[in-house]
Amino acid sequence: MKVLFLFRLFYRELKRQKKRISLTIFALAWGTFSIVVLLAFGEGLKRQMIKSTHGLGQGICIVGSGQTTKPYRGLGKGRVIMLHEEDIELLQSRISGIELISPEGDRSRNNMTYERKSLTERVIGVFPDFEDLRGYFPQRGSRFINSQDLKNKKRVIFLGTELKKRLFGEEEAVGKTVMINSVPFLVIGVMLNKMQNSMYNGPDVDKAAMPFSTYQTIYGDKYLRRLIYRPKDLSQAETVKKEVYKVMSQKYKFDPTDAQALSVWDTIEEEKLMENIFLGMKIFMGIIGSLTLIVAGVGVANIMYVSARKRTKEIGIKMALGAKKRYVLLQFISEALMIAFIGGAFGILLSFIIIGLVQALNFKGQVADILAHPVISLDIMILTALILGVIGFLAGIFPARKAASAKPVEALRYE
Amino acid sequence: MIKMKNIKKIYGVGSAQVEALKDISLQVDKNEFVGMIGPSGSGKSTLMNIIGCLDVPTTGEYFFEGESVKSFNHNQLAEIRNEKIGFVFQSFNLLPYATAFENVEIPMIFKGVRAKNRRARVMELLDRVGLAPRADHKPNELSGGEMQRVAIARALANNPSLILADEPTGNLDTKSGDEILAIFESLWKQGHTLVVITHNPNISGRAQRIIKLKDGMIENNRT
Repeated sequence: MKVLFLFRLFYRELKRQKKRISLTIFALAWGTFSIVVLLAFGEGLKRQMIKSTHGLGQGICIVGSGQTTKPYRGLGKGRVIMLHEEDIELLQSRISGIELISPEGDRSRNNMTYERKSLTERVIGVFPDFEDLRGYFPQRGSRFINSQDLKNKKRVIFLGTELKKRLFGEEEAVGKTVMINSVPFLVIGVMLNKMQNSMYNGPDVDKAAMPFSTYQTIYGDKYLRRLIYRPKDLSQAETVKKEVYKVMSQKYKFDPTDAQALSVWDTIEEEKLMENIFLGMKIFMGIIGSLTLIVAGVGVANIMYVSARKRTKEIGIKMALGAKKRYVLLQFISEALMIAFIGGAFGILLSFIIIGLVQALNFKGQVADILAHPVISLDIMILTALILGVIGFLAGIFPARKAASAKPVEALRYE
Repeated sequence: MIKMKNIKKIYGVGSAQVEALKDISLQVDKNEFVGMIGPSGSGKSTLMNIIGCLDVPTTGEYFFEGESVKSFNHNQLAEIRNEKIGFVFQSFNLLPYATAFENVEIPMIFKGVRAKNRRARVMELLDRVGLAPRADHKPNELSGGEMQRVAIARALANNPSLILADEPTGNLDTKSGDEILAIFESLWKQGHTLVVITHNPNISGRAQRIIKLKDGMIENNRT
């Protein structure tokens, strides 16, 4: 009886105070809409940014040549430290904490020809591990360089997404032969398109990768441009980095505490920083959203308060007829909760529609790629529902307590 | 039925204090029809509110059916008002957005009577005050006399032992007033106890006993 009766009361109240209640519902719907959309776009922004950060690779260190800044065992500072091909094997055998490792040699301005089309492009020489390290994932029906290619110095090439488009257009590339500086190469794979916001020597989608052994037979680099490794355990990243310095310092004779002796790009450290920034962003947006909802909540409380005053007489009559305090409390709280619920439902519905629309339109372009991919996540929903519930309850409880604590005789006398 | 001993009621504090009831002792027995008269400001309504458990006395003892009201908490007082007392007000005090049927139904909802039983009882009561055909009308579609009859039906909802009426005919024309009076008389004959504040000599003439108040004291208590 109770619930049905309350619904009936609320419905009557709605009819009686149409304007006031619908305005409150609108305020709450708007507040909910704001917070959900705000957080959804924020979450989308975060995911897209993390995704594009991972375009470079996840949890990797990129090591290149450097210059010493500290004197060491009679050797002066300012010596240039260059990496060599054999350093890869050395590091692999000496440091067990390294999961994947690959050298990377690269040359720009290579002539690349397919049929009548001729381009000037960058070529890199790498190990099979490079696929995982740097996110060179192949499209369906193609593959990255494997150990056989490396062992047999095969003339095979893996094309970046954009490079493939420039050279082949919409045509199938895998299995075709391209000429690189007049040497024929078999295309074994095309890269899956990826977003990448941090890079060196341009985006990966514009590069072509071949086995490191093949690269060396053609170009014969004396020094290694860079090597890339990933530690087995991200929490051990610092230790592994220190070990790399130690091993290299023994070989090249520099102070292992001399950070400049090698140039190390530590994306793990960067990622931690990014995560903090995103956490900060999330908290910031959460606060803005909550404030919006609180404003709406004040509106609800206001309405309920006025409504309690306006209905003092009615409460008095009900008390005279035997309504207990908890009935009055229940009436007001359930009314506020119902308003909060309806407003919240409308707001969430509206957000779903808008976000669904943005997702369906699938905007393309540099800014849109980052911005226009809102995501509604579970914690956003839970947070919103929680805040709405609290608002509904608080907005109900104060006027309800006031109404319920009135003496029946005074409430009755109220006109 | 009710018994009062040295009841005092003081409103306000300090120099602004008003002594609404000075020293009231009275007794109303079961199935009595008591009229209460007196000029305005004499404390009739205050006394009525205390009898009706809508207010509590400042000092003094009030026994309702042998039990001291002082010992009751909010909920118990609400239960007494709900089940033992039926109120009839001068200004009817019907809920404006509810139909006659729903107004009569409310005390039963508070008591927790099941919906099926409520329906039958509401229709029986409305029939008793001659308003069964108007069950679906809202107060603003009823005349003053009809509204007061709905209020009486509501007062009877949980079959209370005591019916308290505060100027029940004050807002009505003579004809409607007489109809209300006739209903009161039949209720009295059915065994209800009635305490009615009134200026209407017709009502006070039919009452068994008249209590006359003046300046917060009982001036006259005659049969």
